[in-house]
Amino acid sequence: MTSFKKILAGAGLATALLSSTALAQSGDPIKVGILHSLSGTMAISETTLKDAMLMLIEEQNKKGGLLGRPLEAVVVDPASDWPLFAEKARELIEGEGVDAVFGCWTSVSRKSVLPVFEELNSILFYPVQYEGEESQRNVFYTGAAPNQQAIPAVDYLMEQEGVERWVLAGTDYVYPRTTNKILEAYLQSKGVAPEDIMINYTPFGHSDWQTIVSDIKTFGSAGKKTAVVSTINGDANVPFYKELGNQGIAATDIPVVAFSVGEEELAGLDTAPLVGHLAAWNYFMSVDTPENDAFINTWLDFIGDDNRVTNDPMEAHYIGFNMWVEAVEKAGTTDADAVIDSIVGVTVPNLTGGMSEMLPNHHITKPVLVGEIQDDGQFSVVWETEGLVPGDAWSDFLPESAPLMADWTDPINCGNYNTETESCGGVTN
Amino acid sequence: MTRQSLWLAALLMTCLGTLAAAQSPQTAPATDAEGPTAAAPGFEGLVRALPDGNFDEVEALVSAIAETGDERATGVLEALASGDLHRLKSNEAVVIVREIGGDDHAFDALSGESYGEIPRRGSSAIRVNNSLRRVVAAAVGTLTLRHPDPARRLEAAQAAFRAPDAAQTDALSAALDAETDPDVRTALAEAVAVATLTAGTAPVPTQLDAIATIAARGDGVALSVLTPLTGSDAPEIASAASEAVDRIERVRQMWSAAQNVWFGLSLGSVLLLAAIGLAITFGVMGVINMAHGELVMLGAYTTFFVQEIIRNAAPALFDWSLLIAAPLAFLVAGAMGVAIERGCVRFLYGRPLETLLATWGVSLILQQTVRSIFGPNNREVGNPSWMSGAFEIGQMTITYNRLWILVFALAVFAILLFVMKRTPVGLQMRAVTQNRAMAANMGIRTGWVDAMTFGLGAGIAGLAGVALSQIDNVSPNLGQSYIVDSFMVVVFGGAGNIWGTLAGAFSIGIANKFLEPWSGAVLAKILVLVFIILFIQKRPRGLFAVRGRAVDG
Repeated sequence: MTSFKKILAGAGLATALLSSTALAQSGDPIKVGILHSLSGTMAISETTLKDAMLMLIEEQNKKGGLLGRPLEAVVVDPASDWPLFAEKARELIEGEGVDAVFGCWTSVSRKSVLPVFEELNSILFYPVQYEGEESQRNVFYTGAAPNQQAIPAVDYLMEQEGVERWVLAGTDYVYPRTTNKILEAYLQSKGVAPEDIMINYTPFGHSDWQTIVSDIKTFGSAGKKTAVVSTINGDANVPFYKELGNQGIAATDIPVVAFSVGEEELAGLDTAPLVGHLAAWNYFMSVDTPENDAFINTWLDFIGDDNRVTNDPMEAHYIGFNMWVEAVEKAGTTDADAVIDSIVGVTVPNLTGGMSEMLPNHHITKPVLVGEIQDDGQFSVVWETEGLVPGDAWSDFLPESAPLMADWTDPINCGNYNTETESCGGVTN
Repeated sequence: MTRQSLWLAALLMTCLGTLAAAQSPQTAPATDAEGPTAAAPGFEGLVRALPDGNFDEVEALVSAIAETGDERATGVLEALASGDLHRLKSNEAVVIVREIGGDDHAFDALSGESYGEIPRRGSSAIRVNNSLRRVVAAAVGTLTLRHPDPARRLEAAQAAFRAPDAAQTDALSAALDAETDPDVRTALAEAVAVATLTAGTAPVPTQLDAIATIAARGDGVALSVLTPLTGSDAPEIASAASEAVDRIERVRQMWSAAQNVWFGLSLGSVLLLAAIGLAITFGVMGVINMAHGELVMLGAYTTFFVQEIIRNAAPALFDWSLLIAAPLAFLVAGAMGVAIERGCVRFLYGRPLETLLATWGVSLILQQTVRSIFGPNNREVGNPSWMSGAFEIGQMTITYNRLWILVFALAVFAILLFVMKRTPVGLQMRAVTQNRAMAANMGIRTGWVDAMTFGLGAGIAGLAGVALSQIDNVSPNLGQSYIVDSFMVVVFGGAGNIWGTLAGAFSIGIANKFLEPWSGAVLAKILVLVFIILFIQKRPRGLFAVRGRAVDG
C-alpha cells in the first residue's frame, strides 16, 4: 500500500514538473507541501483538497511560477492518523525542504502538527472552519472562526425565522463542544432562557438517530419556533438527515442549520426531502460571480468530471494559496520569517466577489453566507452579511477568552495577548 | 434606486390589479375568456416584480398574486416554492424551468412560451426561504380550497393550519360549510380553530370550542398550539388550555415508552443483521474475522452499483433495485469470503492471533481498493418509494425503512436457521465444526465445508450491507462502524448459538434505547459496553452458552 501511495505522490510530482518545464522557468523549484489524508476516515473530505491544491499549483505554474521559479507539489498521506500528521509534517519540512504546507482538516490533526511547525519555523495554511481559541505564529487560519459562521447563522434564524427555542446538536469532540459553549453564552446574552436550549452530543459516526430526532420533535412542540443548530460531523450527517426526512420533519417546521455540511457531503444524499434546511459557510458553489465561474470551470477541467462540486474549504485554500503567493512576491523570498511578516495585510479576491485580507491575528476577513439546500444538492443563498467579517481568534462570548487577542505584528507579537494585564501569556491554563 | 422605483410601480399595479380582480368572483375558476384578461395586467406586473424584491416584498407580492385569482397563479406560485421560477439573464423574462431529458428548459411564466434549452448559469433562480415557502403554501391553499380534488383541498387546509392567518378565518369557515369530505372537514375545522385562537378576538365560548377541536388531535402539533395559550389573560382559556396540555402530555408519556421499545427493536434488527454473518464465521467456526465489516461494505457497494445501472438503463425498475441487489450482494460478498478463506484463513486455523492480524490486513486492503475504485466520497443509494416516509400508530411514528429492515433481519435469520438445521449442507457444517476428525472420517470434504461455511457467513454480511445502505453512509468506512458492535452482540449472545445472537442483538438494542433518553447517546453506549464486560466476567460463554461435548477446551 505504501508503494501505491508513493506512486500517487510521484504522479502528482510528475504533473507539476511536466507543466513547469513547458514554460522555460529557471532555477530550482519552490516546494509546496500538501498534508491531507488520502486514506482512512478523513479521506472522504481531504482528498478533494489535495486535488484542489494540485490544480492551484498547476495554474500558478502556467502563469510563470513564483519568483521566476516553478512550483512543485509534494504530496504525503497522513492516513487520518493524528500522530502521523506530525511525522509527515516533519518529513515535509526537514526531509523535502518545503517552503509552505497546506493541510489538516480536523482540529486534533492541527493540534498535533503545531509543535512541529513552531520548532522548525515553517508555515501552515489551515483551510477548515474551526472552534477558534487559538492563534499560532506559524499557522494561517483561512477557514471560518466561530464569529464568521456560527454566530451570524444564529442571528439569521433569530431575525428572519423568529426562532426562540434552540437545539444544539453535535458530535462529541472539541469543535462542537467549544462552538456550542460559545453559542450557549451568546444565546443567553440575547435573552434566551436556559430551558429553551437543548444540548445533545452523539458519538462519531452515530447512525441510529431515531431517539434524538423524536426528542427534537417533542422539544419543538412547545409552541415556540424551534431550530436545530448542528455541528454534527460529516459522516453522521447522512443518517441524521435521512431520519429527519423519514420522520417527516420539514424545514418549514423545524429548520436545521449545519456548519459541517457542504456540497461534498450532500453528494451522497437524495436532497429532495431536505429542501429548506440551512448551512452557513463563507462560500457556496452556487454563488454567481465571474471569479467563481472561472474557478469552477478550471476545477471541472482539471478533475475531468462534470459532476464534481466545489466547496468552502477549497475556496479557503484558493484564498490562502494566493495570499502566500502574493506575500512571497512582496518579500522577494520564501523564507518563513520574511513571509510571516509580509503576509499580514495582504489582500486577495475571494470567490464571492469581495477582497479578503490577512489580519494580524492570522485569520482572514470573509463574508458569511446562509444557504438553503436545494433539490439538486446545491445551496441557494438566502442571506449574507453586509461586507466582510474579520475572523476573531478568541471569542468575545466566553468569559475566559474575552480579554484575549492575537496580534503577530510588532510591538505585541503574541497569540494570546491579555488586554487587561497587558501581557502576553493569556489566562492561566 | 432603479430597482426600488420599479418595485413601487409594480406595487401600484398590484392595487389596480386587485381592484380589477375584485370584480370577478375570487374562487370561481376562470373558465370564461374574460376572467384572466380582467386580472391580467395586475397579475403580469406582479409576477414581473418577483425577481426584484427582498423576502418581505416578495411575501407581499405572493399574497397579492393569490388575491388576483388568476388561473396561472397556482402554477407560478408552486414553481416559486420549488425554486423553479427563474429570471433569464438574456431577456429578463420570468420563466419556469423544467428539466427535460437532463437539460434545463425555460418556459415563460406568463405566456407559457418555450425559450428552449438554457445553459448552466443562464438564469438565476428567484430566492425563497422557509418563511416565504410557508406563505406561498398558504397562498396556494387559498387558491385551492375549492379545488375539485379532495387531496388538493386537504393539502390546502393543512397549509392554512401551518400558517395561521386571522384574515382567512371567514374564507376557511365558508369552505368548511361547503365541504363534504370528512377528512377535509376535520382538517378545515382545525385550521379554523387555529386561525380563531391566533386572532384571539373571538368570544370566549368560541375560543373554548376551538381549544377542544385542537386538543382532539392529541399530538405534538396540538401541544405547540395550546402551550402558549396556558399563559392567556382570560382565566377560562388559560385553564382549559393547561388542562388539555396536561391530558395530552399524559397520553404522550405512555406512547413514548412504546416508542422506545420500537426504537430498541429497530436498533436491535440492525445489530442482528450486522452480527448474524459473524455468528457463523466467529460463532460457529471460531475465526476472528476482522474483515467482516468490509464484507458488509461490499454488499452496500453492490447495491449502489445495481442502482447506478438501473438509473441509467431502466429507471422504471428502481423500486425493485434492492430485491435485485440482495442476491447479487450475497454472491459478491460470499465469493470474497470464500476467497479470503481459501487464500488466507485456512492456513491459520487454530492460531487466533495470526488470524486476527491477517484478516485485519485483508480489511485494510478491501477498504483501500474500494476507495481507489469508487473514490473516498459517500455514494448515493436511494430509498425505493416503499421504504420512504413513515406512518403513525397512535402517537408513534414508524418509519418504513426501519420496519422493512426489521422484517428483512428476521427473514434472513429464519432462512439461516433453516439452512443450518434442516439441510445437508448445514448438517455437514455443524459436523465439521463439532468434530473435524470424525467428520473427515465420515467422508465429508472438510476443506470444502470450511470454505462454504465462511462463504455463507460472508454472504449474509453482504445481505446486511444491502439493508444498511438504506440508513447509513455508503462509503469505504461503512464496515468499521459495525465491526465492534457485531463482535459485542455475538460474544454477549454466546458464541456458537445463533439464537443467542438474536437475543443478544435485541436486548442490547432495547437497553440502549431506554438508556439514551436520560443519559445521552454517548453515555448510553459506554454503559452498555461496561455492562457487557461485567456480564462476560460472570458468564464467559455469553447468554446462551453451548454446552456438552461440542465445547472444546
